[in-house]
Amino acid sequence: MCGNKIKLKEADYNKIKEICEKFGNNPGELINVLHQTQGHFGYLPIEVQEAVAANLGIPVNRVYGVVSFYSFFTMKPKGKYAISLCLGTACYVKGAEKILDALKNELKIEVGEVTADGKFSIDVLRCVGACGLAPVMTIGDKTYGHMTPEKVKQVLAEY
Amino acid sequence: MANIKLTIDNKVVEVPQGTTILKAARQMGIEIPTLCNFELEGLALKNHPGGCRVCMVEVAGRRNLAPACVTECMPDMVVKTNSLRAINARRTVLELMLSDHPNDCLQCAKSGKCELQTLAARMGIREIPYKGEQSSYKIQVSPSIVRDMSKCIMCRRCESVCYEYQSVGAIGAVDRGFPAVVSTAFDRNLLDTSCVFCGQCVAVCPVGALTENDHTGRLIKDLNNPDKVTVVQVAPAVRVALGEEFGMEPGSIVTGKLAAALKALGFDYVFDTDWGADATIMEEGHELLDRLTKYLAGDKNVKIPLMTSCCPAWVNFYEKHYPHLSGYPSSAKSPQQMFGALAKTYFADKINTKREDMICVSVMPCIAKKYEVERDEFKTNGNPDVDYSISTRELARLIKLCNIDFDALEPVDFDSPLGESTGAAVIFGATGGVMEAAVRTAYAVLTDGKLPKIDFQEIRGLEGIREATVHVKDGLDLRLAIVYGLANARKMLEMIDKGECPYHAIEVMACPGGCIDGAGQPYHHGDASIVRARWEATYKADRDMPIRMSHENPSIQTTYKEFLGAPLSEKAHHLLHTHYFDKKTKIESVK
Repeated sequence: MCGNKIKLKEADYNKIKEICEKFGNNPGELINVLHQTQGHFGYLPIEVQEAVAANLGIPVNRVYGVVSFYSFFTMKPKGKYAISLCLGTACYVKGAEKILDALKNELKIEVGEVTADGKFSIDVLRCVGACGLAPVMTIGDKTYGHMTPEKVKQVLAEY
Repeated sequence: MANIKLTIDNKVVEVPQGTTILKAARQMGIEIPTLCNFELEGLALKNHPGGCRVCMVEVAGRRNLAPACVTECMPDMVVKTNSLRAINARRTVLELMLSDHPNDCLQCAKSGKCELQTLAARMGIREIPYKGEQSSYKIQVSPSIVRDMSKCIMCRRCESVCYEYQSVGAIGAVDRGFPAVVSTAFDRNLLDTSCVFCGQCVAVCPVGALTENDHTGRLIKDLNNPDKVTVVQVAPAVRVALGEEFGMEPGSIVTGKLAAALKALGFDYVFDTDWGADATIMEEGHELLDRLTKYLAGDKNVKIPLMTSCCPAWVNFYEKHYPHLSGYPSSAKSPQQMFGALAKTYFADKINTKREDMICVSVMPCIAKKYEVERDEFKTNGNPDVDYSISTRELARLIKLCNIDFDALEPVDFDSPLGESTGAAVIFGATGGVMEAAVRTAYAVLTDGKLPKIDFQEIRGLEGIREATVHVKDGLDLRLAIVYGLANARKMLEMIDKGECPYHAIEVMACPGGCIDGAGQPYHHGDASIVRARWEATYKADRDMPIRMSHENPSIQTTYKEFLGAPLSEKAHHLLHTHYFDKKTKIESVK
């Protein structure tokens, strides 16, 4: 849980309303609604969950139950470019931990944190299904395979 | 439906198709232990998640064990509820549960009433072989409910009650894996959620995770303070349930012993909320007549149906969920608050006592009443009309604590004048009772006192939604609805919202069968026959009363003559009526 207090703007409410309407305001579509809402806002702060609950006509407790259950959903903001590093078995034995150290060193943040300028955040996950490219990391929708500590600086420079 | 035959523990049994193994076994007198499974049969409360795995039984030919609560009987099935494999599985499940439980039974508020504790004793648990991580949560206190989630066993009965029976959805499972817990959204205090404090989560919790906010300690101090005048009022449903705490049959009516116990505890004045209930009928009944007369004369602005407003959880419900419809409920305060308002004015004057020197306590079948007494609008200069409220269970604990032999008490009457009441007030404790009490008086007024009957059977019953038409006179049939459970109340509000409500008046109570199964009553552990016995006792207590209509209560008549004037007078409005707030925006913070 995260106690971030934010103030939603008129446009934010409208966006949430639009997403919910796209799914017919159907409570059964909660996961899809949250998926798209997180896609838009980057994360799911309390205020956004409350607005989703109000639009779908369900208790906010239900929304929070789903958000807190699935690790994909996050209540913490991520960087503009969200880095996900795979620590699955294949990547791990191919030296993913060294990549992680290099990322932390370069960005001066820990896992789950965001750089001061809001540009990057680091998350770790278990297997992206591209073990042939191990060690793998993704930034947004882009995948980087056969990573080395040396390549980290180079990749970050692209952004 | 066709019957099927099967064998359970070497005995043949015949049951209708669709019966679970648990119910079939119960029918034969075989009690398979359960924890998550819960059903108050015929009273809408239920929880069948098949989640705790305590009821595992062995079914011949089946590879794994079967959970009896959710496995249907099949023809020629051979079930063993007590095979070594079933017992071992059950024991292991229980040991694992206990390995993540504080096991502080000696200090636990639920000790002696805890289903987990009872089961551990029954299973002969002598050690817990598993040592692992322990869940640890901060105890959260609200005016009515104390949540100690370290004790939660994730049976999720509370969640079922909150979501399905009450349609409130304040608490539910959050998080995943070991940290999973039943909680509020964002771990907020219940005060800041959609919770209405009905307390039914407390009533069904098998362990000490959910309990009432206990005021017995405070009460003992006040009773021992010579500078305070202590006044107590007792709600109607308490007298048909308290006996259970002392080993009496469910449905025992203990009114006289109850009054004697309160005197033995040291209260200066032992009064009756029934007196407040009679006052409520005077106000609410006349409000109904007033609105109805205007409505029948074609006034389009008057709010019909009138909805009752005695149930504090129901009041919270429309304030938090339907504030735009709060013009429909009567503005009359609940009997508890009418009593408090008059005790600290009318009665305080009579005995020359300042309100600050008076401690007014209520004994209630309810724990939402604990929230109600704390409302700011029920205070004068910060001094509450009712200082605090204790539940039927708390009173029983106090009687035991003070070494009072309840069974041996000689029955006595309540004190005068706030202890005199009628049969109409007694039935406030059961679903339909407030409506019937109001109809008795309204009927008498509308037929100019030539009342041909007092018992309105058509209003009584234990179904969650009931309709009744009472023929008053030519051209006037009162169309009534009586509901309990807030999911049912929600249906009524939705109807009103759409302009499709055909009723003149609707009674709402939050708890199953009304206050008789309020969250402050002795635990029934899912035995619906206990609630039915209380229900029958309520109507017996009514029949036994010499006066059975509120407006004929001589003490109430005197109070109006000496103090209030007429029903709905300015003074009555000031002291006996209230107003409602929009609490929806506050809890949702959504525009």
